Amino acid sequence: MEKNIISLRGIVAEYDGERVLDGLDLDIRDEEFVTFLGPSGCGKTTTLRIIGGFIEPKEGDVFFDGKKINGLPPYQRHVNTVFQRYALFPHLDVFENVAFGLKLKKMPKEQIADKVEEMLKLVNLSGFESRSINQLSGGQQQRVAIARALVNEPKVLLLDEPLGALDLKLRKEMQLELKRIQQSLKITFIYVTHDQEEALTMSDRVVVMKRGEIMQIGTPQDIYNEPANAFVADFIGESNIVDGVMHKDFLVEFAGVEFDCVDKGFETDEQVDVVIRPEDIKVVPVDEAQLTGLVESVTFKGVHYEIAVDGHGQKWIIHSTLSQTPGTLIGMMVTPEDIHIMKKMEE
Amino acid sequence: MKMKYAAYPYIIWLIVFMAIPMGLIIYFALTDASGAFTIANIAQTGRYMPVLIRSIWLATISTAVCLVLAYPLSYMLSRMQGLTSRTLLTLVMLPMWMNFLLRTYAWMTLLEKNGIINQILGVFGIEPLTMINTQGAVIMGMVYNYIPFMILPLHSVMVKIGKDVIEAAQDLGASPASVFSQVILPLSMPGVRTGITMVFVPAVSTFVISQMLGGGTNQLIGDIIELQFLGNAYNPSLGSAISMVLMVLVLLCMSLTGFFDDDDVEDRLI
Ligand SMILES: Nc1ncnc2c1ncn2[C@@H]1O[C@H](COP(=O)(O)OP(=O)(O)OP(=O)(O)O)[C@@H](O)[C@H]1O
Ligand SMILES: [Mg+2]
Repeated sequence: MEKNIISLRGIVAEYDGERVLDGLDLDIRDEEFVTFLGPSGCGKTTTLRIIGGFIEPKEGDVFFDGKKINGLPPYQRHVNTVFQRYALFPHLDVFENVAFGLKLKKMPKEQIADKVEEMLKLVNLSGFESRSINQLSGGQQQRVAIARALVNEPKVLLLDEPLGALDLKLRKEMQLELKRIQQSLKITFIYVTHDQEEALTMSDRVVVMKRGEIMQIGTPQDIYNEPANAFVADFIGESNIVDGVMHKDFLVEFAGVEFDCVDKGFETDEQVDVVIRPEDIKVVPVDEAQLTGLVESVTFKGVHYEIAVDGHGQKWIIHSTLSQTPGTLIGMMVTPEDIHIMKKMEE
Repeated sequence: MKMKYAAYPYIIWLIVFMAIPMGLIIYFALTDASGAFTIANIAQTGRYMPVLIRSIWLATISTAVCLVLAYPLSYMLSRMQGLTSRTLLTLVMLPMWMNFLLRTYAWMTLLEKNGIINQILGVFGIEPLTMINTQGAVIMGMVYNYIPFMILPLHSVMVKIGKDVIEAAQDLGASPASVFSQVILPLSMPGVRTGITMVFVPAVSTFVISQMLGGGTNQLIGDIIELQFLGNAYNPSLGSAISMVLMVLVLLCMSLTGFFDDDDVEDRLI
């Protein structure tokens, strides 16, 4: 289980001299579900394409199962891809699209038919076998693309936003389905998504990227609870990020108030980012509060209310199950464990 | 509703320049000099069967050569960057802007017994080759004149084959040979069909090329038809009959090879 199926070492990629991956190092374990998460254009697709063999890294090495595979053409790699833009074959129907890889492997016809049927059932497309591709909706095409890759049972499956075109309900179903398939077939999934909730619920580990660099690698819990820097904190869930000064170990000042905290190891009076999750700010009576502020607006979000507060120029976002009246002065409190101190990112 | 009116000029155009001439050809083919109905003209065309077969044969070879030459070229062009590809395509089309007769004359001076090619060969002490007035010269003339009509439709279909589907095929384990046979070839078939039609039809009825490069011995059906209208054998009825037979034969050939039944592939290219 602890064997690395894919390793990237110092990967640099450029398009027309523009650097899009900047020294990527990453180990992906066998049978693991790893998700790349990051804003648009940060290099997620490029990383997948390097693993798939469609582009050669300018520098660095790609290892598959311990063997260096730089220069190995895509058709010789034991990797299949669900492409971001589906890339289905327009001259073939649904059945033939899914059967494409198996036919190339010269599998007997009956076995191909069985496997394709089974796979189409899995993606909820039974009965669509002889449909032509352009008679399918975007979501149906996406599911054909998933079936076409998955039916080959590769060692590693690369999925580039495979559920992007599906509605919320179908997406949730497919998330569970994909996770179940991944576990039962013991395939390594390398998954790309914009959707942080999807990343947190499906992955064994999450890789957070920004402009061609890895910001943090960790379990969903690590990433959420112990973000490595303000970027990760901001990208994963909502956060209040404020400037602060670390006076000494376990003592930080922000918004003009000193707070006890659980972090140490900073220089005296070092400038830091202070990250506080909106759900970790408690509304308390003003005379018991550490911070005060005027309620600016209240938005109902289903499970909670989102309360925007102006605390003497410092904006705060609070998630609370109780509503507040805009215009009133409220008190706020944060426990030391919920104050996350982060080194300032150099830009 | 508006569409209907907008289509009128085209319908009139079709009637004036397609339907009426077609009707006249059929009328001439099926009447004698006095205007009475007869099938004698059609019956007479039997005499020209050998010429007709030669025309179809030479046109078939020329079409095949065009396809073999144009296919890889078009594919290469379609995989190139926008500007390079457009420039090269324009270069391919450039000779077409020159007059057809002039171009064919040029080949006469090249292929002649004392022509440029033989003179150059002479420098190296090689005996002059007989190139002009052969079937080879006629085929070459056809290929040279009609190959752009093969390249254009092939190219326009091939540029639509996305890099993404090629990558998807590679991803699923297709070697370069399989990518070609499983993806590129089937997706370019509509262009192959159009190209074959656009080369074969003018090639089978050409007359200038055979006269200029084939000498007297390689008469084609186009030459015979020309003789009936412009030559001393003046006989429009026979000329029309031969044209009609030729047309029917061409249509028959094409429907037999399944040219018309598969146009939905074209829609599927999105
Ligand atoms: N073929 C290309 N030519 C030039 N630049 C490219 C090319 N493909 C991608 N890029 C650039 O490389 C960077 C990374 O692109 P990439 O497709 O990997 O992003 P991504 O993380 O997958 O984004 P998204 O979430 O929007 O799909 C972007 O800035 C993009 O503009
Ligand atoms: Mg992408």
